Amino acid sequence: MNAVAQYNFAYLDEQTKRMIRRAILKAIAIPGYQVPFSSREMPMPYGWGTGGVQVTASIIGPDDVLKVIDQGADDTTNAVSIRAFFAKVAQVETTTHTADATIIQTRHRIPEKPLGQGQILVYQVPIPEPLRFLEPRETETRKMHALEEYGLMHVKLYEDIARHGRIATTYAYPVKVEGRYVMDPSPTPKFDNPKMHMSAALQLFGAGREHRIYAVPPYTEVVSLDFEDHPFTIQHFEEPCALCGAEQVYLDEVILDDRGGHMYVCSDTDNCEERRSAGHVGTLGMQEAAE
Amino acid sequence: MYVAVKGGEAAIANAHALLADRRRGDRSVPALRLDQIVEQLGLAVDRAMGEGSLYDKELAALALLQARGDLIEAIFLVRAYRTTLPRFGYSNPIDTGTMLIERRISATFKDLPGGQMLGPTFDYTHRLLDPSIAGGEVPAPITREADTEQAPRVTDMLGRQGLMEPDGDTDPDREVGDLTREPLDFPLDRDLRLQALARGDEGFLLALGYSTQRGYGRSHPFVGEIRIGEVEVEFDIPELGFAVSLGRVRVTECQMVNQFKGSAKVPPQFTRGYGLVFGQAERKAMAMSLVDRALRAREFGEDVVAPAQDEEFVISHSDNVQATGFVEHLKLPHYVDFQAELDLIRRMRAEHDAADMKEAAE
Repeated sequence: MNAVAQYNFAYLDEQTKRMIRRAILKAIAIPGYQVPFSSREMPMPYGWGTGGVQVTASIIGPDDVLKVIDQGADDTTNAVSIRAFFAKVAQVETTTHTADATIIQTRHRIPEKPLGQGQILVYQVPIPEPLRFLEPRETETRKMHALEEYGLMHVKLYEDIARHGRIATTYAYPVKVEGRYVMDPSPTPKFDNPKMHMSAALQLFGAGREHRIYAVPPYTEVVSLDFEDHPFTIQHFEEPCALCGAEQVYLDEVILDDRGGHMYVCSDTDNCEERRSAGHVGTLGMQEAAE
Repeated sequence: MYVAVKGGEAAIANAHALLADRRRGDRSVPALRLDQIVEQLGLAVDRAMGEGSLYDKELAALALLQARGDLIEAIFLVRAYRTTLPRFGYSNPIDTGTMLIERRISATFKDLPGGQMLGPTFDYTHRLLDPSIAGGEVPAPITREADTEQAPRVTDMLGRQGLMEPDGDTDPDREVGDLTREPLDFPLDRDLRLQALARGDEGFLLALGYSTQRGYGRSHPFVGEIRIGEVEVEFDIPELGFAVSLGRVRVTECQMVNQFKGSAKVPPQFTRGYGLVFGQAERKAMAMSLVDRALRAREFGEDVVAPAQDEEFVISHSDNVQATGFVEHLKLPHYVDFQAELDLIRRMRAEHDAADMKEAAE
């Protein structure tokens, strides 16, 4: 206790990193399959991104450039905290620019700008098992995956349609990877599902508390589950971003007063800033210019 | 006017500075020293060591101080430190039969070899607040020479008469499981299950153990024996070819003896529920042994009908570091998902209202 505690590069010891890398390699070899790994206690709480942090810590090198987002934004408190963690324990360069990053750790969003070859997207996953809320037992769900027994999931989606006239899953919308495993894309809005399909980037998913890692290798087929007569659709916003005027992006609703006044702004803050510096303006920007 | 939520970094730093200030409290009150916590809040230190799975009183005391006395936060600090320590290997099994006993009681026999010893217990105290202890002056306890008489375990005595199930049939040379190094794979072997229970949350195990007493998976338990004291930890050094002592640790062991009427496979006999915890942690050891016995239901061909008998349910939810993290993560922003739900509810409401209007018009 007297000596100041010394930590290895990127916090984890090399044995642990090797163990996690082996799990990652297996996950890449079997796209969409949840590989059990011996998750470690991290210096941040379970459920706050320990899976993603362990994956990032295992793959990051001194030359990497790291971006961390939460809800699409670089400046949400937990993203700030994780970015600061790696800046401290790995002394890597960090960025908020999607294009400049070699590793992007994310919670709940995929950046709007398409990712390129050589980039790695690391997702923080709370519940990796897409069948968990249909069947709470791990012993059962593993069997269902092994037998490719996904009828229960289709029944659930069908029941949604029978009851609500539509599939009432808006985030963590299940996908089928490379025609084999049904996978939870983590609680990203279904708006982001199409971005996973045939992505040039490597996508890694870490669930620390649940001890699972899974992966979607580059250029892999990722199909959102649906029915012929009820095809998969993504959310559509009535208004563009009030700051940069972007359409076809995911927006956050910001409440302006207690009389129902609200506006929509980009959830991806980096994309929004880039558009604004390129001269795009939304309704709010125009007002400001007029004032 | 919309202001982007910038400045997260400064906000976090300021919040932590305030936390440090609140932790220290009024500066005119002397700061707590770690040795004061070790000496005077020993059972809190023991709990932080037990559920933190690291036997180090000073570190546990530091964790308690840093956590402002929040036990689960202290346990989390200890765990996050423990996980970074290099693993040299596994000690030999400790022998609680050779324990330097400070407390030893049996509820099944009035007297037994080695005797009953109450030790430092809250039992039979009247729970009346005592302002006089605030002064700190306490007379020295009465001591006597230690007995040389051996205190064999009650379960071993019953075992010799053939009334008690044998103590497991696991090959003693089998490498012990390690839940901190391998992901759990249900169903578990008993070694892993006991490891998980030993670091499990005391409150959770207490409630589950209690539920078995109230009929949810009844196991007819008797406290065969509880013993608290120090045992030697020995470690095989391959270079030397023999075991050396690493030191002593204080542990609490509870052997629950449970009635069992027998099944097609097993004759009527007493069965075991086992609890072993670092430090003095009697409540935890007792709860653990009740839950251990309940979780052995399948082994004895008993119906699995109650939560305490359900291994996946119990072990998946017994770790308070995992539980607190996931429950508390709900305070992290979720606006992206909430936006998706908001959109869905608005659409469904619009359709619902339109259908109502149509109905009213007809």
